[in-house]
Amino acid sequence: MHDLLDSYYPILIFMGLSAVITAALLLVPALVAPSNPDPEKNAPYECGFEAFDDARMKFDVKFYLVAILFIIFDLEVAFLFPWAVAFGDVGLFGFWSMMFFLAVLTVGFAYEWRKGALDWD
Amino acid sequence: MLQNLTLILPEMILFLGAMGLLMIGAFSKGDSTRTVNLGAIAILALAAATAGSFANNAQATAFNGAFVMDSFAALMKVLTFVATGIAIIMSQGYMRLEKLARFEYPVLLLLAAAGMGMMISANDLIALYMGIELQSLALYVVAAINRDSLRSTEAGLKYFVLGALSSGMLLYGASLIYGFSGSTNFVEIAAAFQPQDGILPMAQVLGLVFLLAGLAFKISAVPFHMWTPDVYEGAPTSVTAFFASAPKLAGMAIFLRIMMTGFENALVAWQQIIILLAILSMVLGAFAAIGQQNIKRLMAYSSIGHMGFALVGFAAASAAGVSSVILYMTLYVVMTLGTFACILSMRQDSGPVERISDLAGLSQTRPFMAFCLAVMMFSLAGIPPMAGFFGKLFVFRAAIDAGLYSLSIIGVLASVVGAFYYLRIVKVMYLDAPADEVNEPMPRELSILAGVMTAFTLLFFVYPSPLVELADKAGAVLMQDGMVATDMLQEHLAGH
Repeated sequence: MHDLLDSYYPILIFMGLSAVITAALLLVPALVAPSNPDPEKNAPYECGFEAFDDARMKFDVKFYLVAILFIIFDLEVAFLFPWAVAFGDVGLFGFWSMMFFLAVLTVGFAYEWRKGALDWD
Repeated sequence: MLQNLTLILPEMILFLGAMGLLMIGAFSKGDSTRTVNLGAIAILALAAATAGSFANNAQATAFNGAFVMDSFAALMKVLTFVATGIAIIMSQGYMRLEKLARFEYPVLLLLAAAGMGMMISANDLIALYMGIELQSLALYVVAAINRDSLRSTEAGLKYFVLGALSSGMLLYGASLIYGFSGSTNFVEIAAAFQPQDGILPMAQVLGLVFLLAGLAFKISAVPFHMWTPDVYEGAPTSVTAFFASAPKLAGMAIFLRIMMTGFENALVAWQQIIILLAILSMVLGAFAAIGQQNIKRLMAYSSIGHMGFALVGFAAASAAGVSSVILYMTLYVVMTLGTFACILSMRQDSGPVERISDLAGLSQTRPFMAFCLAVMMFSLAGIPPMAGFFGKLFVFRAAIDAGLYSLSIIGVLASVVGAFYYLRIVKVMYLDAPADEVNEPMPRELSILAGVMTAFTLLFFVYPSPLVELADKAGAVLMQDGMVATDMLQEHLAGH
């Protein structure tokens, strides 16, 4: 039991130290920092957007297309990882199944390329 | 592995064909729609022939039991692929006139057909889901193929949102079923789903109900029918013709298979649900169609009602019941495609017309088209000696033999109510003054198809036994019983 608690000793130190540092970071500015609030300063900040705005704003539909095309190849990688890890076990059937899958994705890729889905303008 | 590939040969043909045609369409210079259309029809014919070659083989499974091929699957696949091919043939002229002709349409239909083949042969919850999604994703896109039309895109979106919801329910049910049986395979599920003292455990019923709700959505049985009228009305008519035929066949096939194999022991639990779905579908299909002015909306309610009649045979849960459902669905698809061949011909120089009143006096302006449509309406209403009557006859006989008297009585009453709106169309065509709304001639391929379907519907009673025997053989695979519908037919013929 004692050994078990010993093994968590670093965490205890970490938690104690973080409590001290955060408390200090909260307390010190409250005591010494100058405070001149105005509405602009108090407004929430969100990288360039109006923070409280209608979420249904207009933006270019081309972003959707890129996102959709990205998802396909993102998923391809998600399938490739477990396949690569188990490569020794899946055998020839597994190998050709993945090759077939990649070929199908390539057909889709060729189609979207020819249809101009990858051209931004 | 070789056996795996042999058994999925029809799907492989469709899939590789779709890939090849997609490349032909993408890389050919100029308009390749016609080439791709013809290629798709040839590929569907080849796939149907390949599927048909399995008709006499014994049941065989592939991919560790996830995929099954037997004479039931073979028959349903042949019908589905042929219906898809006919839908492509019928769409050509309409799509060209509506400026919707794109080579993607036949490719998407091929992919949908591959998905339907997967569904029909699914012997595992994961294979089932994969097939359904492969089919549905293609269907969502073709519903919105007229992307400049507000109604078509709305139909696509509505179908997609509600389809995703139903897939969610189906998956939730499947996860519960997997949790209680420890397997996704239908055969192993059957072993786990055993009623105790005549009652299925509550938790298992929950999983079953969610699965049923998802499947009922796919065949648009009430109360999961909400999407049907809007999607049928909004989608281009040639797409509606496809929606009303092949996907219904495939949906009913997988519905039959999963209930008759995966839940064969749990009959006490699902039979009453099927009875409820059947009654609601028949009654709603009959009453809601009465007020419709748009013929596509009317056909949507008609298809809901017909799913109800097919479910009557399903509820009987006997060999005769299964084969009556197969027969009913076959005749339904013939009648539906025949009707849509006529609806697709409803045009004037400015474009297609869809109101029932546009058909006024059609018998004087377009006698052949009026005759075909009238035969289809009589058949859909179930008036002898048209094919539709025999469909209903077998379904109700199976239900009565299974002791489902009140269900049969409600069904017969609903079909009497339904006859009103079918016969109203005949009345509008033959008794009303000509409105000359439909003034374009019937396209050649549509008149040939309508003529063939009409001849089949009219003359089915002369020699029904080949189709009945096929349905019996297919049904006997799911239910290890005798050739009951054939006996019924002989009995019926002897009675007259």
